[in-house]
This record gives sequence, C-alpha cells and structure tokens, in this order.
Amino acid sequence: MATQVAEKIALEITHRALGLSDDQVLEMYWAMLLARRLDERMWILHRPHLVAFHISGIGHEAAQVGAAFALKRGYDYAHPYYRDMATVLTLGMTPRDLMLALFGRQGEPSSNGRQMPSHFGSRALNIVSGSSPVATQIPQAAGIAFAIKYKKTDQVVLTCFGEGSTAEGDFHEGLNWAGIHTLPVIFLCQNNQYAISVPAAKQMAVPNVADRARAYGIPGVIVDGNDVLDVYGAMRDAVARARRGQGATLIEAKTYRPVPHSSDDDDRTYRSRAEVEEWKKRDPILRMQEYLTRVNLLNAQKIVESDARAKQVVDDADEFARNAPYPPAEAALGNVWGQVKS
Amino acid sequence: MAIKTFLESIRDTMHDEMARDERVFVLGEDVGVTGGVFRATEGLYEKFGADRAIDTPLAELSIIGIAIGAAAVGMRPIAEIQFADFIHPAFDQIVNEAAKMRYRSNAGWECPLVIRTPYGGGVHGGLYHSQSIEAFFCHSPGLYVVAPSTPRDAKGLLLSAIRNPDPVLFLEHKKLYRSIKGEVPDGEYTIPLGRADVKRAGSDITAIAYGAMLHETLNAAEQLAREGIEVEVVDLRTLFPLDRETILTSVRKTSKVCIIHEDTKTMGLGAEVAAIISEEAFGDLDAPIRRVTGPDLPGIPFNETGEHAFLPNAEKIATALRELARY
Ligand SMILES: Cc1ncc(C[n+]2csc(CCOP(=O)(O)OP(=O)(O)O)c2C)c(N)n1
Ligand SMILES: [Mg+2]
Repeated sequence: MATQVAEKIALEITHRALGLSDDQVLEMYWAMLLARRLDERMWILHRPHLVAFHISGIGHEAAQVGAAFALKRGYDYAHPYYRDMATVLTLGMTPRDLMLALFGRQGEPSSNGRQMPSHFGSRALNIVSGSSPVATQIPQAAGIAFAIKYKKTDQVVLTCFGEGSTAEGDFHEGLNWAGIHTLPVIFLCQNNQYAISVPAAKQMAVPNVADRARAYGIPGVIVDGNDVLDVYGAMRDAVARARRGQGATLIEAKTYRPVPHSSDDDDRTYRSRAEVEEWKKRDPILRMQEYLTRVNLLNAQKIVESDARAKQVVDDADEFARNAPYPPAEAALGNVWGQVKS
Repeated sequence: MAIKTFLESIRDTMHDEMARDERVFVLGEDVGVTGGVFRATEGLYEKFGADRAIDTPLAELSIIGIAIGAAAVGMRPIAEIQFADFIHPAFDQIVNEAAKMRYRSNAGWECPLVIRTPYGGGVHGGLYHSQSIEAFFCHSPGLYVVAPSTPRDAKGLLLSAIRNPDPVLFLEHKKLYRSIKGEVPDGEYTIPLGRADVKRAGSDITAIAYGAMLHETLNAAEQLAREGIEVEVVDLRTLFPLDRETILTSVRKTSKVCIIHEDTKTMGLGAEVAAIISEEAFGDLDAPIRRVTGPDLPGIPFNETGEHAFLPNAEKIATALRELARY
C-alpha cells in the first residue's frame, strides 16, 4: 500500500515520469540559469559599448535546454542558430568560450573571433559551424542525417531556427528531404512569435509551424516552449524515433522573446509593453523554480546560492574574455584553403 | 591509354573513385535510374545502388545543402546541377555556406564537396541552357572553380576535386561532352587544382582560354601557324584561384596577349586576367591586351544566327590574333 502511494506520487513528479533523476533536473535548471545570467551580462556589456553586438537567447532557455538535454553530447550533432546559447552551453561550450566570442578575442573556439558572436561551432562537440543567413542550416542538417543513415550509426541531428525562418525555401527543401528519406533529424522551431518586427501571422497562413509537418510526411509536435520538461519529453520521443530509424520530427516550441531582437533593435516600435510584461510572467526560469520548489528540490536559500554561483562563473568569463588579446591581424589570413590528405 | 569522349572520361572517373572510396556518392536531378540527362552518371546506379546514386527532389538549394551537411561529417558528395543555368537557387548555399565553412570555423569544419554542372552554349540551348556562370563563382574565395577542356584533364582534375578538402565547382562545357575525344591515361592520376597548362607552345602571341573556347583557340592558332605566326595557347583549367605564374611566364615570352572566353565581356574572367598582366607584366607588353568574348547581352539566342553571332569561334579569334600580330 505504502509503496503504491509512493509510486503514484513519483509519477506525479513530472521529471521522474520522464526518466530524469533529481540531479539531472537540477542540472537542467543550472544550464538555464547560467545561460540567463550570462546573457544578461552580455546586454549590460553592450550598453556602454564594451562589445559591438549581442543577440540574445533570453526567454528561450527552456526550449533549448530541454532539447539539448535529450542528445548524447559529443555523439549526436547539433546545427544551432544564433539564439542557441543555452543549447551550446548544455552541449559543452563554456561561459568563457561564449564571452570570448562576444568580445571577439583570440582563442574563441567557434571561429577565433572571425564571426559575430553567437555563430556557434565546435568540431569536438559536434556543433556544426553556423552562418548568418537564416534557415541555411536546415537542409544541411538533413544532409548530416543523410550521412548518418548512410554510415548506419544511431546518431541524430538537432537543428534549430525561428518561426520566421520557416518561410524560407531552405526550410521546405530540408524537411522535404527528411521526409522522403526518413532521416534522423529533429527540427526544433523556437517560435517566439516575431521575426525581428514581423509577427508570425505574416509569415504563414496556418496557425502553427507544426501544421506544416504533414506536408512532408513527418510528425509535427507542439510544446510549451517555456516548460523545459514539456520540451524535453517531446524531444526525447523524437530522438528515440530517429534512433530507431523512423525518421524526422518537427517540434514547435511556443515561446517569447522578452528582449529586443538584438542589440540593434528597438522592440517598442512593433509591440506593446503590456504584451511583453504578460509574457514575462511565464518566464521559463521562474516556471522551473516554481516546479523545483514544488517537488522539494529547491528553496529560497538554494535559489540565492545558485544565483551567486552563476554570478561567479559569469564574472570569471567576463574578466577572462575582457583581458584576452585580440587575434593578431595575420590571423585573418589563414584557413581559407585546406591541404589535400591522401 | 584509351580514347574517350569528354563525357566518358568524367563518367569513368566517378565510377572508379566510387569503387575506390565508399564515402563518394552522386546526387542530383535524374542522376540515378536514368543516369543523368547528359548520361554523365550512367551505370552508377546499377553498380553502386540507390544509396550512392541519388535521384533528388527538384530543388537545387537542397541538393547543395544536403551535400554540405554530408561533406561536413566525412562524406565526399558529388552534386550534379542539371544545367548551370539552374544553379542560382543554390547560390547562397554555395557562396555563403560551402565556400565559407572552413574560414568561418577557423578550420574547425570543412566542406569537401564537388559540384558538377554542364555549362556553355553552342547547342541551341537558348537563354537558359547556355549560360556561362563562372564569373559569379570566381568571386568567392574558399571555392575552387575548375573548367577542363580535354578528356585527359577532366579525369585528373575531377579526381583532384573529389579528393580536395574544399568545395570545387566543376564546370563541364556541354558542347565538349560528345564532340571532344582524346587520350586518357589508364590508372589513377591527379592534376593539381590551380595549375594552368600550355596546350600549344608559341613565341609570338599568348592566347588564354578554357573550356570549349580552348578548342576554338587551338584551331585559330593552327590557322595562324600557316601564316607564320606562332601562338602560345594557355588553358587556364582552374579559373579560381588563377595560375598567375603560367600566365605571366607566357606573357613575358610573347609580349602580346589575347584572352578568349564565351562568357559575356564586362567583369568576365578576362578582366581579371588582364588586370593581373597589367599589374605584373606591364613592361613586357608590346600591345594592348585583347579580349574576344561573348557580348554583353542577357543571354544566348536560340536561333542559329543569333547563337552564332554571340559565340566567339576560331574565325573571330584568328582575326583578333592577326590584328594583334600586326600591332
Ligand atoms: C536570409 C536572411 N534574411 C534576413 C536576415 C536578417 N534577419 C536576421 S534574424 C531575422 C529574423 C528571424 O526571425 P525568426 O526566424 O523568427 O527567428 P528569431 O530571431 O525570432 O529567433 C532576420 C530577418 C538574415 N539573417 N538572413
Ligand atoms: Mg521568431
């Protein structure tokens, strides 16, 4: 009797029902929190123009951590987009790496400061180098999945993009391939409802990005993008399907970007403050704190402690990058062409 | 040593390399079951199966996008764009993605990809089956652009292209496919990318060409030889990066230059070759640099007279060379 009750309670604990241990769910919280604090610092650094540009993942942490957490780090592939700071942190990039990119300093691992910040890439972590033109990564991710299928491994690919980018032909062509060839790729649309200033209704005539999946013969799933466990659950299922050879999934994580598009944007020109404030109440970090408190994994004191720890890590990364040298001018010249290996 | 057409040489080279290296596969519209609209991939489907000779959707952007992804993780794709005229939907994937992959990741990632595509006029292809597209792509460091003119070179250059760690746009002049036959050495050999070739030695004028125009230029040189004028014919073979050394060595020897291409004149490859020569060998020149090219028109007309008017040929080249000789 007692054990039955205990089991019933356990199943009501969402993360356990999803097969996540308490430690794992706390790890998720930490990744989200760290991404948030790092991102906030980046905005602060931009204000006095200590850095030239920042594009933010604030508000997207649940979608990103929930998705990345379902991958085997360094084994599966990720082809992220510019908002994916929490994704790449979860996959193993460090706050120092990301700060080096923000400042454009020597040793920055994605490109040695060649690219703007948030153009992530790491061969060692299987994070494929990204560019600025939106949606170009989508057919490439299908191509990686195509190679995986050819090599007959059980790896999967995660690629991410915004809802505006689904209007690009690249989205259509990439998903079309994934459907035709039953490819092990997960397309994660982080639908924050705006493409810079343009609302989703001007990108598509259907209410959901996920609705489009049918046209490619793949499942389309809608999740609450501000609920890390909801995202994780859908992603875990999609990864399992892909590993089993059952093909691609399009996941649409409904979320919001409570900050401007980038440090060059003024979002007051296209949306009301009331709308932004409304969405701030559904902040994914707050939601996670509430959940973890409810299941007795977090309390007020622990929240303060983890914030202090995050601040330390962010301070360290900030100071490290600020004091790092710029790449020497000659560093711009190399690595245009490779050498033929026999 | 076998005698093969330009087309057979390309096809056999892909076949041999696919047999040697299982990372190599071909993809493109109609390249599988039917073996390509020009039959360049004929037999690959039968020999290597549907996994390695892939009939793609009719969507050029994704043909290249898929190939980039596969190349990034260790495959060696050979993507065919059915006609060069239809490569433009994939321009972004080629120029912003493939060509920049190494540089943008500081060599963390690379893109060993070959894009083969038939280009050029003279087969009544009209505006949209005749284009020369090289100039667009020669402006994109990180991308090799190759245009062989003989069956022997096609093999050696294609092998180099497939084994090259960077993307290569491999331009096959469609008029050469069946009209040009030549000796192709047996067995494996590569011709390094970035090296031009002197196809005919001469002391009076340097004529620089590639692709189908190389053959027209050789014909013109033959005519001039009968008139006592010795033309040295340089085949560029790789259009980017250019082999400056071979160009300059020849120019320093002859002191007169004519550049020939089928592509339209303004901002065409000839402009860059001329600029290199004036920067590096101005003092060696005895005459202004000449260009014989297609005119600055939006396309090549379909009808016989229009097409003929557009395209340079041995007669037009010979006339320019004679004028240059007299200068
Ligand atoms: C091909 C291309 N066109 C335009 C841009 C400029 N641009 C950068 S982000 C963006 C909006 C993208 O919106 P969405 O896909 O919804 O992603 P979000 O930024 O909202 O996460 C635009 C128009 C670009 N980077 N690439
Ligand atoms: Mg958006």
